[in-house]
Amino acid sequence: MSLWVDKHRPRVLDDLHYHAGLSARLRALAASGDFPHMLFYGPSGAGKKTRIACTLRELFGKGVEKLKIDQRVFLTPSKRKLDVNIVQSNFHIEITPSEAGNYDRVVIQELLKEIAQTQQVDLSAKQRFKVVIINEADSLTRDAQAALRRTMEKYMSNMRIILCANSTSRLIAPIKSRCLLVRVAAPDETKTIEVLRYVGKKEGFDVPDKIAHEIAEDSNGNLRKAILVLEALKMQSTDLDKPLTIAKPDWETYCHKVADMIVQEQSPQRVMDVRAKLYELLSHCIPPTVVLKTIADRVVDQVDESLKADIMHWAAIYETRMRVGNKKIFHLEAWVVKVMSLYKHFFYDIDMSGFDD
Amino acid sequence: MSFFQPQTRSAPQKQAADPQHQPWVEKYRPKTIDDVSAQEHTVAVLRKTLTSSNLPHMLFYGPPGTGKTSTILALSRQLFGPDNFRSRVLELNASDERGIAIVRDKIKNFARQTPRAQAVSSDGKTYPCPPYKIIILDEADSMTQDAQAALRRIMETYARITRFCLVCNYVTRIIDPLASRCSKFRFKPLDSMSTSTRLAEIASKENVPVTDAVISALIDTSHGDLRRSITYLQSASRLSMSTDPPTDIIPSDIEEIAGVVQSSVINNLATTLGVELVSSDAMDVDSSNGVKAKGFDAIRKTVKGIIRQGYSASQIISQLHDLIIEHPTLSGRQKAKCALAFAEADKALCDGADEELWILEVALRVHKALST
Repeated sequence: MSLWVDKHRPRVLDDLHYHAGLSARLRALAASGDFPHMLFYGPSGAGKKTRIACTLRELFGKGVEKLKIDQRVFLTPSKRKLDVNIVQSNFHIEITPSEAGNYDRVVIQELLKEIAQTQQVDLSAKQRFKVVIINEADSLTRDAQAALRRTMEKYMSNMRIILCANSTSRLIAPIKSRCLLVRVAAPDETKTIEVLRYVGKKEGFDVPDKIAHEIAEDSNGNLRKAILVLEALKMQSTDLDKPLTIAKPDWETYCHKVADMIVQEQSPQRVMDVRAKLYELLSHCIPPTVVLKTIADRVVDQVDESLKADIMHWAAIYETRMRVGNKKIFHLEAWVVKVMSLYKHFFYDIDMSGFDD
Repeated sequence: MSFFQPQTRSAPQKQAADPQHQPWVEKYRPKTIDDVSAQEHTVAVLRKTLTSSNLPHMLFYGPPGTGKTSTILALSRQLFGPDNFRSRVLELNASDERGIAIVRDKIKNFARQTPRAQAVSSDGKTYPCPPYKIIILDEADSMTQDAQAALRRIMETYARITRFCLVCNYVTRIIDPLASRCSKFRFKPLDSMSTSTRLAEIASKENVPVTDAVISALIDTSHGDLRRSITYLQSASRLSMSTDPPTDIIPSDIEEIAGVVQSSVINNLATTLGVELVSSDAMDVDSSNGVKAKGFDAIRKTVKGIIRQGYSASQIISQLHDLIIEHPTLSGRQKAKCALAFAEADKALCDGADEELWILEVALRVHKALST
């Protein structure tokens, strides 16, 4: 019994529900025998992986669905051992190099060269090349990306690379210029509803208009989330016609609580309380960026128009510092204090222009 | 023996099938240095070395796709010919391990060998084949400082029999002692004339019908990077060939492949920020119903919409930048403030900051700058 997300995941390009133009292009590319390196990018839950899987299926036929998981050991220059999980079939291999952290360069160099230098032995294979899928390509280090550059050109005859990333901002230009960029946009609301209906029909029930709308709005373009929510609701109550509320995840309500606390009172005591709550969130492995964004979103809803821009400004600044820095809680706290002081000064009408930097 | 024969026969066939599926970038890599587009100065200097059989250590630097690697490969091929190429040229790039150990062993060993006397080349042509070897260190700016330092003495000791060619994008990342040992060649971004002639040449060889509009779209999106424009051309032709029936390439195909954000999206964002659109083509129905600066919530909504579309933040920022900086009616002060915001956002994005927050931040700051 698998989740609906996996159960109803389209397997071939024809089954995809949206971006029909994109599917046609992918099919055409797969058929032409002249397949380029590709870079899929788009927000999460938009269907990047699904499209990659469908393209592979189009390229190699059913064989790609026979997957096996391997664990490989790589040796870093300092003789440390790295374990990396590899998912592979006879025709492709899938890696997430960011698992190896700072040593992803070693993984890229060794693995890609190994694959690139072996030819396809299966004579009945449809294509002469193997495909390497690199997940989370935007978290590759610069060294690893540099290592990809020449490899991509040199071993073009034996290997194609498919990169999968959330954004192209962090990829170096040479990589981008060697790939065919494919943007996978998130589905809009009508498309999401369409898919929800389809899933409902497959499971043997109708999704009422109202609930479909609510789910689509709540999911914010993340189709995976939408389908998971639908399944959760269905499990809660078999009758979807009754008024239902989409349960927010715990951490989200918790973040909202923190935001309310910030707006209610601004004092050193409150800062300590907020700090305790933030620690709680972080210790439950909620990414600090998500925490900051959720709280900031909630705070700006409750404050005066003239403060909103400043609050977002500082959120952006402290978020960057958080990435560069090491200790996340410092920056979260600093932002909280900043917001409190902004708010307080706004109330007592003190000119803050001197503190603009 | 008969058991092995079919195998040995089939191997060369496979190799021969390759060129069709080769990337055009490799297929049309210049064979001689005279084929290299644009870089007249560098080519003029290097051509002399073909006759004089003397070559300094070289440092090629310049933006990606300007022909640095192509030039040195073409030069060494012309110098040594296909037979001696393997024994005389060592090419190392960032995909090879290039730590200090490799510099000490592999590079040093190769540098130390005395080149053999020239054999008669198989294709009947005579090559200058000067008495030295060439070591090409591609993407040298990704070598560590230590590895570069280890090269210093090697370069001098074996200068009699070995020439180094460092190829890099950022000359500042090469340590001074190395840079001062080399004669530097700067590769400038290609001007649009040479790009368009080269693209037209490739297109005609590949039998791809291209219009002038397509070529200019390629030039606009590639910013002087010839490799990028050739890749785009190949991708576009693949896409257009493989549809049924084959369609002609249109400029919007190129923009989609290059990841350029549609101008309507950018214009919509700009209108929300209170930028007056004056260019004639931007005046569609939506923007004509009054340009008024909207509040925080409207901006946030627009930004969220853009993020959902999956556009890359750096691309959005660079296009918004072009729009605002070239805007005819904004004051210098406003533009300066916007430029500051763009610069900070770019740095933050390079550091890996959250895209949505920074697009929103840029949007809000531009909005603020324009409304005061």
